[in-house]
Amino acid sequence: MKKSVFLGTLSAAALFAGIAGAGTLEDVKARGVLNCGVNVGLTGFGAPDANGNYQGFDVSLCKALAAAVLGDATKVKYAPTTGETRFTALASGEVDVLIRNSTWTFSRDVDLKFDFVAVNYYDGQGFMVKKDLGVSSAKELDGATVCIQTGTTTELNLADFFKANNMSYTPVNVGDDTEAQRQYLAGACDAYTTDASGLAASRATMPDADNHIILPEIISKEPLGPLVRHGDNVWGDVVRWTYFALVAAEEYGVTSANIEEMASTTTNPEIKRLLGTEGDLGAMLGLDKEWGKRAIAASGNYGEIFEANIGSATPIKLARGLNALWTQGGLQYAPPFR
Amino acid sequence: MTEFTPFVRTDMLEQREPPAGQRGIILWARENLFSGPMNTALSLIGLVVILWLASHMVPWLLHGVWNANSLTECREIITATWGPDATGACWAMVRERWHQYVFGFYPMDLYWRPTLAFVLMLVAIAPILYQSLPRQMMWFTALYPFVCYWLLWGGTIWAPVVVLMGFGLFALVFRLLVSGLGVPVSAGLGLVAAAAWWLLVQTPLSAAIHSVLPVGLRSVDSDQFGGFLLSIVIGVTAIAASLPMGILLALGRKSDMMLVRTLSVGFIEFIRGVPLITLLFTASLLLQYFLPPETNFDIILRVIILVTLFAAAYIAEVIRGGLAALPRGQYEAADALGLDYWQAQRLIIMPQALKISIPGIVSSFIGLFKDTTLVAFVGLQDPLKGITAVVRADINWKGIYWEPYIFAGVIFFLICFGMSRYSMWLERKLKTDHR
Repeated sequence: MKKSVFLGTLSAAALFAGIAGAGTLEDVKARGVLNCGVNVGLTGFGAPDANGNYQGFDVSLCKALAAAVLGDATKVKYAPTTGETRFTALASGEVDVLIRNSTWTFSRDVDLKFDFVAVNYYDGQGFMVKKDLGVSSAKELDGATVCIQTGTTTELNLADFFKANNMSYTPVNVGDDTEAQRQYLAGACDAYTTDASGLAASRATMPDADNHIILPEIISKEPLGPLVRHGDNVWGDVVRWTYFALVAAEEYGVTSANIEEMASTTTNPEIKRLLGTEGDLGAMLGLDKEWGKRAIAASGNYGEIFEANIGSATPIKLARGLNALWTQGGLQYAPPFR
Repeated sequence: MTEFTPFVRTDMLEQREPPAGQRGIILWARENLFSGPMNTALSLIGLVVILWLASHMVPWLLHGVWNANSLTECREIITATWGPDATGACWAMVRERWHQYVFGFYPMDLYWRPTLAFVLMLVAIAPILYQSLPRQMMWFTALYPFVCYWLLWGGTIWAPVVVLMGFGLFALVFRLLVSGLGVPVSAGLGLVAAAAWWLLVQTPLSAAIHSVLPVGLRSVDSDQFGGFLLSIVIGVTAIAASLPMGILLALGRKSDMMLVRTLSVGFIEFIRGVPLITLLFTASLLLQYFLPPETNFDIILRVIILVTLFAAAYIAEVIRGGLAALPRGQYEAADALGLDYWQAQRLIIMPQALKISIPGIVSSFIGLFKDTTLVAFVGLQDPLKGITAVVRADINWKGIYWEPYIFAGVIFFLICFGMSRYSMWLERKLKTDHR
């Protein structure tokens, strides 16, 4: 009785939210393809290459998820979403999961009826200035002109930061990252502000990258992560634990190169459970035993994905920073697999 | 005594050129650029502005690099060749990514299909554009939409064939009933029959034939369409479909029947009162909420339908202008000849009204074609914003600014300029008055 009331409430909530119906996991399995909402184009995080194949940090998570659920990392249909269409695409059921550098905020989680299942990148808003401006801290930017993308949370953060520090600034409104970079280089503004990862990518492609510095202050919290529809907890668990499998794999030293060897030789029971050679965690998720192994094999563990797409070996050269494992002073932490 | 020989001119002098100040470019410049103090000042200012623009643009264009693998490499080549302060265009991006601007993410080994569809499109529209071509070609034009759909999206050939049979059914019902029931009623019944065919018979029948005779191409998903392929698919379909719809709406608005007139006015004013972006968001987002989940209503089809409705409302008003410009006597003459409503429209009113409306219709079409870039806002890969965003997301080309816009702009200009020149040619050809 209690259970049916609970289920009834759940489905009513699902209907109210305009959800395509619970059971996304079954839908994906029946369809044989994962619909993954991605960015139309963000350097390092998700964009199609010259051959039209999607690549990037966020895209790798789509692949891992498809590998875990469907057994094939290529069975993903990427749906490019813009800032305006992304949440509706998820709410209306057009995509199963949105992995599109979306910031986890209270209102998106609670009011828009989504579940952010993890944080795959801890970002924050920073400032870039020209070296010859002679500024070494964002607190010295009083009276500066600042290039800022309109209609984003960064605009509000900027206003908050200057107000809190009792400083004034003149905004120069720009439409997108490319325009901002252009205005900033042309000298229309003293400083350019956006997410620190975006600043790093912009700086990497500037003709005179050495003449620009990114100031140490990070003025906002931008936890970016995958999100699913509210109320579909089974599917939410699948996405969450697929992500945790990648983080745990890095922690235990499981890489795409040594995964087969690890699976057969390891004595660590946690790794065994993760790779499905012991216990049956997969069945609890509604998947088979080797889901975690396939997810890791798809494009490597969290660290490998980071390094391949945005890490120090790439032109973007992002440091791990907050995104290092908890064992190395970062925030990436996977709960135990048991 | 000196004898005077009278001078007799035996031949005419060659006509001499006017003095240097009164001919050629100097005369033209004096008359047109320096005819007074005001004009002289304006001309000089204009000249300075042009020189200033050219001094920035010409080196940039001349320093263009075609062979490089990234923007950084372009910059290095320009610095090495032209000195440290030189700027230059990086056309290497176009060289490496042109196929995405043209075909989007259409599978590379299937590029022949959109190319063939494009060539066939030229063949199909030729008899419409040029009256001198044999009229039999119109049969191909009528078949073309089905051929084109099959080439672009692939899949079984029986799907378009069965859709075509639906049109055949419509024609059959219309033919059988038109003598007894008149044009509107029999057309309506024909439409009902055809709709029933498409909704009920279409899918099972094409599947059944396909299982017996599997003829088909590899199917390509709509989300792989992009670039100018997408623009042209949306633009051409909407142009072709909006003209007949616009004519019907214009006639509806001038109709004596209350219901028809009210519906037409309501539709036209509603669509014209709403920005195209709103309709696109409706297509992309709102319809998803209304339709049952897992309904796979193709996004390109949704966008085409709403763009067509949008264009039809504008075309209707342009044609209404043409209808209003016709002298009343033309309508009365048609009535005096004993023609019924549809005969009068077809033989007397429409040919004249459309001729008057040509400039307006073509500018609507040009506007419509350029508006197809707005689909970027609903996540489709249009050539101007969508594909450019994709290219810029590549770390090799991040920060490139003018080159993608110039490339897409030039292609848009060629197409739109072509349309405009054709309409001027058509106007001259159809000109029958002596104004």
